[in-house]
Amino acid sequence: MTDTTLEFAPAAEPLEKNYLNEETTLWSWLTTTDHKRIGILYTLSITFFFFIGGLAIGVVRLELMTPHADIVSAEAYNRLFSLHGIIMVWFFLVPSIPTTLGNFLVPMMIGAHDVAFPRLNLLSWYLFMLGALFTLYVLIAGGVDTGWTFYTPLSTSYATGHVAAAAAGVFVAGFSTIATGVNFVATIHMLRAPGMTWFRLPLFVWSMYAVSLVMLLATPVLAMTLLLIFAERVFGMPVFDPAQGGDPLLFQHLFWFYSHPAVYIMILPAMGVVSEIFTCFARRRIFGYTFMVYALLAIAVVGFMVWGHHMFVAGQSALADLVFSFLSFIVAVPSAIKVFNWTATLYRGQISFEAPMLYAMGFLALFTLGGLTGLHLASVPLDIHLHDTYFVIAHFHFIMVGGTVSAFLGGIHYWWPKFTGRMYPESWARFAAITMSIGFITTFLPQYVMGYAGMPRRYQIYLPQFQIYHVISSVGAMILAVAYIMPLLYLGWSLLYGRRAGSNPWGATGLEWQTSSPPPKENFHGTPRVVEGPYVYHDAETASGSEQAAPRPQGAHR
Amino acid sequence: MADAHAKQHDYHLVDPSPWPLVGSISAFVLAIGLISWMHNIFSAAPLVFAAGAIGVLYTMVGWWRDVIIEAEYRHFHTRVVQISHRYGMILFIASEVMFFVAWFWAYFNTALFPSEAIEVVRSEFIGGVWPPKGIQTFDPWHLPLFNTLILLTSGTTVTWAHHALLENDREGLKWGLICTILLGLSFTCVQAFEYHHAAFSYGGNIYGATFFMATGFHGAHVIIGSIFLIVCLGRALAGQFNPKQHLGLEFAAWYWHFVDVVWLFLFACIYVWGQGPRIPGMHE
Repeated sequence: MTDTTLEFAPAAEPLEKNYLNEETTLWSWLTTTDHKRIGILYTLSITFFFFIGGLAIGVVRLELMTPHADIVSAEAYNRLFSLHGIIMVWFFLVPSIPTTLGNFLVPMMIGAHDVAFPRLNLLSWYLFMLGALFTLYVLIAGGVDTGWTFYTPLSTSYATGHVAAAAAGVFVAGFSTIATGVNFVATIHMLRAPGMTWFRLPLFVWSMYAVSLVMLLATPVLAMTLLLIFAERVFGMPVFDPAQGGDPLLFQHLFWFYSHPAVYIMILPAMGVVSEIFTCFARRRIFGYTFMVYALLAIAVVGFMVWGHHMFVAGQSALADLVFSFLSFIVAVPSAIKVFNWTATLYRGQISFEAPMLYAMGFLALFTLGGLTGLHLASVPLDIHLHDTYFVIAHFHFIMVGGTVSAFLGGIHYWWPKFTGRMYPESWARFAAITMSIGFITTFLPQYVMGYAGMPRRYQIYLPQFQIYHVISSVGAMILAVAYIMPLLYLGWSLLYGRRAGSNPWGATGLEWQTSSPPPKENFHGTPRVVEGPYVYHDAETASGSEQAAPRPQGAHR
Repeated sequence: MADAHAKQHDYHLVDPSPWPLVGSISAFVLAIGLISWMHNIFSAAPLVFAAGAIGVLYTMVGWWRDVIIEAEYRHFHTRVVQISHRYGMILFIASEVMFFVAWFWAYFNTALFPSEAIEVVRSEFIGGVWPPKGIQTFDPWHLPLFNTLILLTSGTTVTWAHHALLENDREGLKWGLICTILLGLSFTCVQAFEYHHAAFSYGGNIYGATFFMATGFHGAHVIIGSIFLIVCLGRALAGQFNPKQHLGLEFAAWYWHFVDVVWLFLFACIYVWGQGPRIPGMHE
C-alpha cells in the first residue's frame, strides 16, 4: 500500500486519458474487466429491455381504453402482459440499479480500483444478456401467457406457451444476479481504501451490501423453483401436480421466498441512491446515519420472512396468515425510519431543485404512498378483498416504478457527469422529472380506486363502469412514455454537445467526486485515504462559522 | 503521470479477458443445439450441441488456466487478493446451500404434512402417509450407509492431503488426494448402482420426483467436486501449491466438505427418517 495522496485532476481537460478513451475498439469493450465499462454495458442493455417491456404495456393500455377486446386477441393480451412483467422484473428491475450505478460506483465510493472479481463481473453481464435475449426471443416467437409469476398448475399443466424455455432464460439470468452479489460483498469487505471504515461508507454502498446478501441467498431458491417447473414440463417430474402427489402451493411458497426479497432487491438500491441525492442537494449530513444503515439491513433480513403475505387467499393456515401479516407490518418500521430520516435531512437544508433532486423528491412521495398502501395489503381481511385487483398493481408500481425507476433516473442524472464527463441539459431534465411524476400519478392513482372497487388484474374485458379509470390510466401512460423517452434523447444529445463537467459539478462529498470526470481507467491515481465519515456538508457549514451552506461548485471536498 | 500504470497497491487488476464472451456464446450454441435436438428440428443438432459443449469446456479450461498462471507464476495473488477469493468461495457455497434449501423444502412440504386437510387430491394419491403408499424405499442401513461411510472417509482423506501440504509433505498430499478421488468416484458408482435398482421412477410420484431431484443434484455436486479434486491432483503432481498458498486445494476441500455435510442431511432426512417398506432383495 503506498502513501500517495489523491491528486486532483484538472477540471476540464478533454484529452486526458480516461476509461472511455483509453481503448476504443469493440473488442476492448467486449473483453473489458473494468467495472465502469461493465456498468455502461449493463446500462445500455437494461435500457433496451426497459423500452421493450414498456412497449408491451403500451399496447395493453391502449387495449384497455375500451371495455371490449379491440386491438389484440385474448391470447395475445395474456402474452403481452406476461412479456411486460417478465422483462420488467427480471431484465430491468432486478438488475437495474445494482448492475449499473452499483457496478460503476461501489468501487469508486470505497476508493478501490475495481471490484474483487472483475472477470466474474464481465461474465455476469454475458449471462444476463444470454438469459435475457433468449427469453425475449421466446416471449416474442412463442409467447408465455402465465404472467411473470409462472403460477402452477397453470404453468406446469395447462399453459400452451413456451414456459419451459422462458423459465430456462430467467434461470440463466439468475446466475448473473448471484455473481453480482458475490462480487459486491467481497468488494465491500476487502477493497475499502485506508480509513474507509464500515461506518464511513456512503449509504449507497450499504444499500448495495444489503441487496447483495439478498441476491446471494434468495436467487438460488428461484433458480431451483424454475428448474422444478422445467423438470415437470419437460421430464414429467410431478412436484407441483396433486394428481401425482405434488403440491401447486409449494410453488407459491418457493416463488415468493425469492420474489418477495426480490422486491427489496429492487427498492433497497433506490433507497441508497436517494440518500446520496438528498444529502447533496440539501447540503446536509444525512439524519441518523446509523439508523439508516440498520434500517437497510433490517429490511433485508425481515424481507426474507414475509413471503406468505402473497398467499393469504391461497389456503395457508390462519396461524401462518397471522404471522406473515405481523411480520409484513414490521417491515414498515425500518421503511418508515428511512422516510422520516430523509425528511429530517431535508428539514432546514439549503435545498436546490436540480433534476436529480426532483426525481428523489418524486421517489419520496411515491414510495411513501406505495409503502402505506402496502400496509393495506399486509392486513389479512383487507387483502382478501384487494387480492389480485388493480389495487395490488397500483401498490407495487408505486414502489417499483415510482420508487425504483425514479431513483434510477435520479441516479443516472446525478452521476451522469461522472459517467460521461458531460452535463445533461438541466431544464429539459427538470421538465422530464416533473412530467414523469405527473404521468405516473395519472396512470396509477386511478388504479387504486378501480382496484378497490373490484377491478381484477390481468383482465382484457371488463365492466363498463371501470372504463373512466382505465382511460385516465392510459392517458397517464402516454405522458409517462414521453417522460421516459425524453431523457433518452437529451442524455444522448449531451454525450456530444453537453457542457463539460468538472470533477465535482455538484460540490458533493464522496470519493467518486474526487477523481476526474470521466474517471481514469484505474479510478484514482494512487490510493485515496479517508479521514472522516460521509456527507460532511454540515461540517463545512459549521467550520466556516456561518449559517451558509458549503459553496456549491467545487466546494465541500475533504 | 509517467508511472500511472506502475502498480501501487496490493490488489489484482485483471487484464481484459475473452472467456466470458467465448463462454456465453458457446453456452448459447449449446442451448440451441440441445433444444433443436430435443425437438428434432434439424439433423445436425447433436453436432451443434457438441460444438457448444466443447466451447464451454474450452472456456473453463482457458479461464482457470489463466487464474492458475496468475496465482502460480505471476504472483498476482497477494494476501489481500487471497482473502477476497476466500470470501468469494464462502459466498458461493452459501448460495449453494440455498439451492439445497429449496430441495429440502420441496421434500418436507409433502413429507411432513402427508395428510394436510386442504390437499385433498394429494392426500388421496399418497394415502396420507410418508413415504406415499405403494412406494418401496431403500434400506438406509445397506448401500446408503455404505455411501455415507465412503463420503465421511473421503472427508478425512482430503484433510490428510491438506495437512500434508501444510507440512510440505508432497507424498502425503498426493496420496491423500488420490484416496479422496477414488472414494468420491466409488460413491458415484454406488449411487448409480442404487439408482439402477430403485423401485420408483422420477416420474409419476412425488416421492420419486423429490428423491431424484435432491439426491441427483447432490450427486452432480459429488461429480463436480471429484473433478475439482482431480484438477488439484494434477496441479500437485505438476509441483504446484506450496504450504503458504494453495487456494485451489483449499477450495476443493471446502467444497468437498460442503457436499459431505449435505449428504449427511440427505441420508438422515430422506433415507433414514423417510424410510418405508423396503425393496425386496435389496437387503439381506
